[in-house]
Amino acid sequence: MRRIQFMKIALNLLLVAALPMAAGAQQMEAHIGNVTGHAEAGKALYYRYCWGCHGARGNGDGENAPYLNILPRNFVAGTFKCRSTPTGTLPLDQDLYNSVERGFNFTNMPSWNALTVEERANLVAFIKTFSPRWKTEKAGDPIQIPAEPALTVGSIQHGKELFQKLECWKCHGNEGRGDGPSASTLTDNNDQPIRPYNFTSDNRSKCGTTNKDLYKIFMTGLDGTPMPSFADVIKPEDAWDLVHYLRTLQYNDKSPELTLWLSTKEGAAIVNAQKVANTNTGSGVNP
Amino acid sequence: MSMKHAVLAGAVMLAASAVALAEPAGGTVSGKVTYEGTPARMKPIDMSKEPSCAKMYTTPPLVETVVTGSGNSLQDVVVYISAGIPDDPAPSNAAVFTQKGCRYIPHVLPFQVNQELKIVNEDQTSHNIHPLPKLNREWNKSQPPGTPPISEKYDKAEFIPVKCNVHPWMHGNFAVMKNSHYAITGDGGAFSLANLPPGKYTVTAWQESYGDQSQEVTISGSETKTVNFSFKAKPY
Repeated sequence: MRRIQFMKIALNLLLVAALPMAAGAQQMEAHIGNVTGHAEAGKALYYRYCWGCHGARGNGDGENAPYLNILPRNFVAGTFKCRSTPTGTLPLDQDLYNSVERGFNFTNMPSWNALTVEERANLVAFIKTFSPRWKTEKAGDPIQIPAEPALTVGSIQHGKELFQKLECWKCHGNEGRGDGPSASTLTDNNDQPIRPYNFTSDNRSKCGTTNKDLYKIFMTGLDGTPMPSFADVIKPEDAWDLVHYLRTLQYNDKSPELTLWLSTKEGAAIVNAQKVANTNTGSGVNP
Repeated sequence: MSMKHAVLAGAVMLAASAVALAEPAGGTVSGKVTYEGTPARMKPIDMSKEPSCAKMYTTPPLVETVVTGSGNSLQDVVVYISAGIPDDPAPSNAAVFTQKGCRYIPHVLPFQVNQELKIVNEDQTSHNIHPLPKLNREWNKSQPPGTPPISEKYDKAEFIPVKCNVHPWMHGNFAVMKNSHYAITGDGGAFSLANLPPGKYTVTAWQESYGDQSQEVTISGSETKTVNFSFKAKPY
């Protein structure tokens, strides 16, 4: 009898001790669709796959970091490039998950799609434990993206005007080659030189390949880099026009936008000139 | 109420009114910020990549990381009470930071925690405003010509460098202060911190290239105490 009572007390004590842990665990989760990632489970994965670059404390100073020309992300700072949330806010769990899944084009961060969905969700949960920001702040409200309007020559032309007016060319160059007048001076938050995206190199931009990804890049900005947010400056309906034009700059990718643009005399002339390096396409102001 | 109590109550009221009266008068810390040695030569800014700005100057403006004046005085130094006084609520007026001629005006803008910060673009070119805080949230926004001012706030005290990535020579600072007792030195390097209730304070002077210095000062009554700061100038 006495033994049973003792067991009961011990059990109660255990429960009490476990309670704060459970409350803490709530913050250490990541929600990806129906999957819940747990930081504890992600920890082992992190110290197997990630710390070589991102460091034991998550501040981006892993053993390999000095050899990388785009430094690994410092998770302690809590500043992330690819988000669906406004500039200056924390990303959604889904944004971090997408980055782990996709990897970063033009950097040493590979795609981790060899891991299972659960494993990647666990990693996201663990990554969030490095920055104190996750304890005091919530992720930002994702930006509202209206449905993509039908593609027309008019929308591409309007996008081209916006590219000029908003001075995208100052960094990305008139032809989107990433060689604008300010390109050579750009640095990121680590004071490391950083190149603006060269649209002619690939159809994969840093934060994904879809039109929606392109939309998000300039409306949220890539925090920690020179790429600012244009959310206060571009109306959502205009933003899709800019997306349509940006697609035509990716002339190695047979997108519907490029096909339509090539079918016009104006578009064909610009795209053909664009293919020859250092040729002025006449698409705008040249410095 | 007994006589004794009434006298006590009266004394308390008197003391309270004395404090209330003394507070706006208060003590003052004033002084001058100077440098010794040779400061780095401030180079002229080449704005040829931005003709709309370059044409606004007959002689190119100089870099402003160290601005000196007559008598070895240092300009753009933030002098503030860093300890000994409670935090103040933010004032209702906005601090205004203007981009004009591809420069930031003022070069160093002090304002309080949670005070509205208004950023204005008066140029004919697009700027991106990219403050680089360590404690506060980092954001980066584009501001083409003719767009409305950007309104922001910072919730932690910090000195924040500000840059424009499009125009790499553009460089300024936000000084986010905890209380309203701060000043920024002008041409003669002079500053004055008024309305200080009696007490012991730490006065700190911050210069963007030379870092900060602190001194202790005790204020009683409505006296004015002189505190001077001297920074060692680095030639390079």
